[in-house]
Amino acid sequence: MHIYEEAVERHVLAVLVDNEAGILARIAGMFTARGYNIDSLTVADISEDHAVSRITIATNGPPHVIEQIIAQLDRLVPVHSVRDLTESGPHVQRELALVKVSGKGEHRIEAMRLADIYRARVVDATTESFIFEITGAPEKIETFVGLMREVGLVEVGRTGVVAIGRGPDPA
Amino acid sequence: MAEKSGADILVETLLDLGVDTVFGYPGGAVLPIYDALYEHPKIKHILVRHEQAATHAAEGYARSTGKPGVVLVTSGPGATNAVTGITDALMDSIPMVVITGQVATNLIGTDAFQEADTVGITRHCTKHNYLVKKPSDLAQVVQEAFHIATQGRPGPVVIDIPKNVQVAATEYSSNATRTNTRYQPQTEGDFKAINAAAEMIMNAKAPILYTGGGIINSGPKASETLRELAELLGCPVTSTLMGLGAFPASSDKWLGMLGMHGTFEANMAMNKADLVVCLGARFDDRITGRLDAFSPNSKKIHVDIDRSSINKTIRVDLPVVGDVGRVMEQLIAVLKGRRFATPELAEWWSRITGWRATNCLEYPESKTEIMPQEAIRKLWQATHEREPIITTEVGQHQMWAAQHFDFESPNKWLTSGGLGTMGYGLPAAIGAQLGHPDALVIDIAGEASIQMNIQELGTASQYRLPVKIFILNNEYMGMVRQWQELTYESRYSNSYSDSLPDFVKLAESYDWTGIRIEDPADLEAGIQKMIETDGPVLVDCRVAKLANCFPMIPSGAAHTEMLLSAEDVKGTMDDQAKALV
Repeated sequence: MHIYEEAVERHVLAVLVDNEAGILARIAGMFTARGYNIDSLTVADISEDHAVSRITIATNGPPHVIEQIIAQLDRLVPVHSVRDLTESGPHVQRELALVKVSGKGEHRIEAMRLADIYRARVVDATTESFIFEITGAPEKIETFVGLMREVGLVEVGRTGVVAIGRGPDPA
Repeated sequence: MAEKSGADILVETLLDLGVDTVFGYPGGAVLPIYDALYEHPKIKHILVRHEQAATHAAEGYARSTGKPGVVLVTSGPGATNAVTGITDALMDSIPMVVITGQVATNLIGTDAFQEADTVGITRHCTKHNYLVKKPSDLAQVVQEAFHIATQGRPGPVVIDIPKNVQVAATEYSSNATRTNTRYQPQTEGDFKAINAAAEMIMNAKAPILYTGGGIINSGPKASETLRELAELLGCPVTSTLMGLGAFPASSDKWLGMLGMHGTFEANMAMNKADLVVCLGARFDDRITGRLDAFSPNSKKIHVDIDRSSINKTIRVDLPVVGDVGRVMEQLIAVLKGRRFATPELAEWWSRITGWRATNCLEYPESKTEIMPQEAIRKLWQATHEREPIITTEVGQHQMWAAQHFDFESPNKWLTSGGLGTMGYGLPAAIGAQLGHPDALVIDIAGEASIQMNIQELGTASQYRLPVKIFILNNEYMGMVRQWQELTYESRYSNSYSDSLPDFVKLAESYDWTGIRIEDPADLEAGIQKMIETDGPVLVDCRVAKLANCFPMIPSGAAHTEMLLSAEDVKGTMDDQAKALV
């Protein structure tokens, strides 16, 4: 007997939740318990009274699983709303990364040149290293980190994606 | 405002919410609450013998009365022992509030004595759960917990209360206004969807109503509405295990249960229908069989209060989110508004008559052994006029009871459907008896299942509950043995019930009456004696050891591939089928 896997697509979900103890465990644990995937997850409190947090989840799965993920999130008591940004139209996705590169000579100069092209900022420098700060869509960061691998990448930290729908209305 | 302790606030809030019965077991971390209960005799505390039984008893109470079941257990092992029953309540949508003690807030996370991460452990087996860190939060949390447990799709809610929060005092007045809760599920069906449903019904030539536990959860009125709807549509009705009793088995529209051990006519009708109206059921794998062969030519309407149940395993053409009782009322109103006349569906009914002629529930007769199916039929004949409440354990006896015991009304059939928890029946019967002191409550059991919570014989004795246990004793974990016969060429690995106790003596040692029935000739007299004997009675009914439960859809098969009798059994299965539960 063989186990077959279905084709998956990537979706970005915006989830508004009560900012209460255990909420992150509840959401992340639901994904584990039901065998769903999390590509990235970010969370921060967004309301003036600190009562509501916005969680951005990048996930992947076949369409019927994505539909279940949304329904399962929506039935959790502390969840106010779930929006599938990928489904609901044009939106902006941004991620921030800190990228440490070390090297001398030609590698160092090339790293600096590439950073300039990708509009990464230098936030720390020594005679043999840089830390670049870069923001952008996840693909841009992916590419930049890939290039840095060739010129002395030491380590990288990424925030995971945050996203918001385009236009005047809330997503 | 006067100051009160957390424990007092808890107990007073329970009283405000109309709680009269609590199933529990004391321990270090709930002593303050037990002390508060001592002062409040209005709440009847039922002392069980194991925390798992407290949860099942609460389920039995809830399922038979429609009120939420309440459980009180201590921290650590008290809470972990309750987890099986909490999960059972989640799977079967039973309203339940479980209060667990916890070590004091300053000890949480230190591996203190009897500490367990109760909110962590129960996060995914509850509808919602709480750790209460301040006594001032307690009243509101308890109120919200009851709201969540009972509204929408019902389920279990755990409230974990550290011991210092039970002891600490805070200002409290019982008539404090209740805060509006954030949990407001949709009960009314979308008007457009109801109209679309009416349209589909009006065009159907071979419709069927597939009903589930949601009808029972919606309340007795929903069962009435279902009868009205079936009458109006003139179509057949089948039900899941959890929905039995919502529609009367004596009706000519009733096809019996569907699914793995459902009737031939119910499964064939599902397969050949052109419209399936799913009312408060969830297309469980025990119902659908092989997914790609499930009711292949039908349009499907799914009414469910839980949106996540819709399109989970079976894609439907029309989802309707709402309370199934309310949606049925809306649907009837729209159909009547459109002057819908009950169609004859003559061709459809004549096909059903053909399937019914299979007599799929027939079983081989025996003069030397008691056939288990015969025992259930005789039990039904002797008791049905008293409208008994039947609970079951899990296994062959459960399926035989579902097939051969006919129900006319809701809230009379209590069984562990989703989780399939052996040991459910006896404590559930205790809970049901407490909710219905004058009812005849019978736990139909197997000799293996009953041992999983056999200690509760003591609870029934203590509270003088006249619960009856009817054990179909075949000396096997029968359903396991049946599957081994079907799938593993009868290699009976560990399915024999060895070293059984003498159930009659065991019953007597708990001050129960014990009866043994061994001869088919004694069956009726034995059952009669059980009913006529006051107080709790355990019947050890020795039945044919190798009888199997048919009809059956083997795992991985379609509704049209039913095994009707032992002759159809091949004894092997491919790996694909073996991998399914």
